[in-house]
Amino acid sequence: MATCLASTGGAHAQTEILNVSYDPTRELYREINAAFAEEWKAKTGETVTVRAAHGGSGAQARTVIDGIPADVVTLGIPSDIDAIAKLSKKIPGDWRTKLPNEGLPYTSTVVFLVRKGNPKAVKDWDDLAKPDVKVITPNPKTSAGGRWNFLAAWGYAYERDGKDKEKANAFVGQLYKNVPVLDTGARGSTVTFAQRGLGDVLPTWENEAFLVLEEFGKDKFDIVVPPTSIYAEPPVALVDANVDKKGTRKQAEAYLQFLYSDRAQAIFAKHHYRPIKREAAKPEDLAQLPEIKLFKIEDLQGSWDDIQKANFDNGGLFDQLSRAGR
Amino acid sequence: MVEPVNPRLRFRQRSVIPGFGLTLGYTLTCLGLVVLLPLATLVVKASGLGFSGIWDVATDPRVASALRVSFGVSLLAALTASVFGGIVAWVLTRYDFPGRKLADAVVDLPFALPTAVAGIALASLYAPNGLVGAQLAKIGIEAAYTPAGIFIAMVFIGLPFAVRTVQPLIAEIDKEVEEASAILGASRITTLLRVVLPPLIPAVLTGFALAFARGVGEYGSIIFIAGNLPYVSEIAPLLIVIKLSEFDYAGASAIAVIMLGISFVTLLAINLIQAWSRRRFGYV
Repeated sequence: MATCLASTGGAHAQTEILNVSYDPTRELYREINAAFAEEWKAKTGETVTVRAAHGGSGAQARTVIDGIPADVVTLGIPSDIDAIAKLSKKIPGDWRTKLPNEGLPYTSTVVFLVRKGNPKAVKDWDDLAKPDVKVITPNPKTSAGGRWNFLAAWGYAYERDGKDKEKANAFVGQLYKNVPVLDTGARGSTVTFAQRGLGDVLPTWENEAFLVLEEFGKDKFDIVVPPTSIYAEPPVALVDANVDKKGTRKQAEAYLQFLYSDRAQAIFAKHHYRPIKREAAKPEDLAQLPEIKLFKIEDLQGSWDDIQKANFDNGGLFDQLSRAGR
Repeated sequence: MVEPVNPRLRFRQRSVIPGFGLTLGYTLTCLGLVVLLPLATLVVKASGLGFSGIWDVATDPRVASALRVSFGVSLLAALTASVFGGIVAWVLTRYDFPGRKLADAVVDLPFALPTAVAGIALASLYAPNGLVGAQLAKIGIEAAYTPAGIFIAMVFIGLPFAVRTVQPLIAEIDKEVEEASAILGASRITTLLRVVLPPLIPAVLTGFALAFARGVGEYGSIIFIAGNLPYVSEIAPLLIVIKLSEFDYAGASAIAVIMLGISFVTLLAINLIQAWSRRRFGYV
């Protein structure tokens, strides 16, 4: 899909930049891109079109490595941008230092979506590992959202059990025994849970949970906010090698800077992402994002390199748990 | 002066139809570019691991289990599709009934339908809250999100192959042969088993091989209905996608090469049986 989007451009006199993004941001970037085009036109008189390609975060990273002419990437998890930097060198290794707040114009977290009235009384991460609860979550190997869910559950157990790694691993193993379906992406899990009626709880991106309420009706599902959850970091970065080749560095850099502007920050909040400048957002949007105790996974497990390797690479914790659980 | 060429030394027999050289060249170029080159690239990518590396991938318990699921279920599904496809083909060619043309056209739908659409349709039908799934759930059968779901999807996409390969042969069977068999005193069952079915066997095998190959390679429709649990309902093509998301190109190619190898051996075996059955039963 991204290939088609990319190849339709180029022949026009106007500038076009391509934002390769992850799955649930379709609605968000439609609005952001229109707003940026308007501001850029007013400021420079130049017409710029921002195209966005969406898909699973890891798959999107791979299309950039394989040569999609992305100007910027806005992905679901830092390790996917690290992979582009490491495997293709199209992004410098220190990309997290190039933009404010470690390349995070907004953050998010993981909350629970349950069936109306919460029949299984799910309140906290503990409840997800109970034997009679079915949990729907995407495969952490293929989905960034799936990785955040995995890390959130791990971090919760680690903090609860006095920072004991073994106990945290066991808890996550217990939780994944309750998973009857592993979809490849967050949207797939949403469909399995909301449309197919499978499972009791869907741990998911906060913004995705709100989207389900809006799409499927508030009378079918409830959002349960756990007392603690993870500080989810969907970062953005400039693809240096591509913008230099295409001559779009000026516009692409301005686009990334725009994400930190008050206008974009308000749009993030409107779409249920957590803006880093809370003062720019509308109070009623902020009111929907409850205060949760958020932990940063780097504080518990070290660098993203280590996190990726220990949990999700071949032979990592997820592989060990699925082997033990069979 | 042109020497007359000894016909025995000639590379090929002169054909009445001209253009052999041109068309052969064209065929080889197409085959090379479209089929052999990608396969060669695959092998080159995988060869980065070396033979022992590929062996390690093949014997990894998770890969082995995915391969078992993929090949085992496709085998079962192809068998089922062949049996029921044969019956469908028989009914569509031998009987005339209102709506026959329509039913005949419907058989091709799985060919034309995007596989993802098929997967979504099957999943919503067989899910515990779906039309069929709810009934099955009452008697304690879980279809969607188990290996049974994979089986259903593979039968669905394999059925048209089984029907379409057998249909022309059934149409060709002379009614007189059956009549002769009856006149000579054979019972209806004997006529069916010894007169009607044997000449169909090569075509049934072709349909079986096509349905099997299609099932092994299928990804789009299956992931929607399989459940995708490691060691349970994870198919090999999904494992390839997972390897790719780990940026493990060599590992992904290794699984692909293993699948290619198994498929090649299976199809070769089916072809040999087919050649044997052609000699045995004549026809086609």
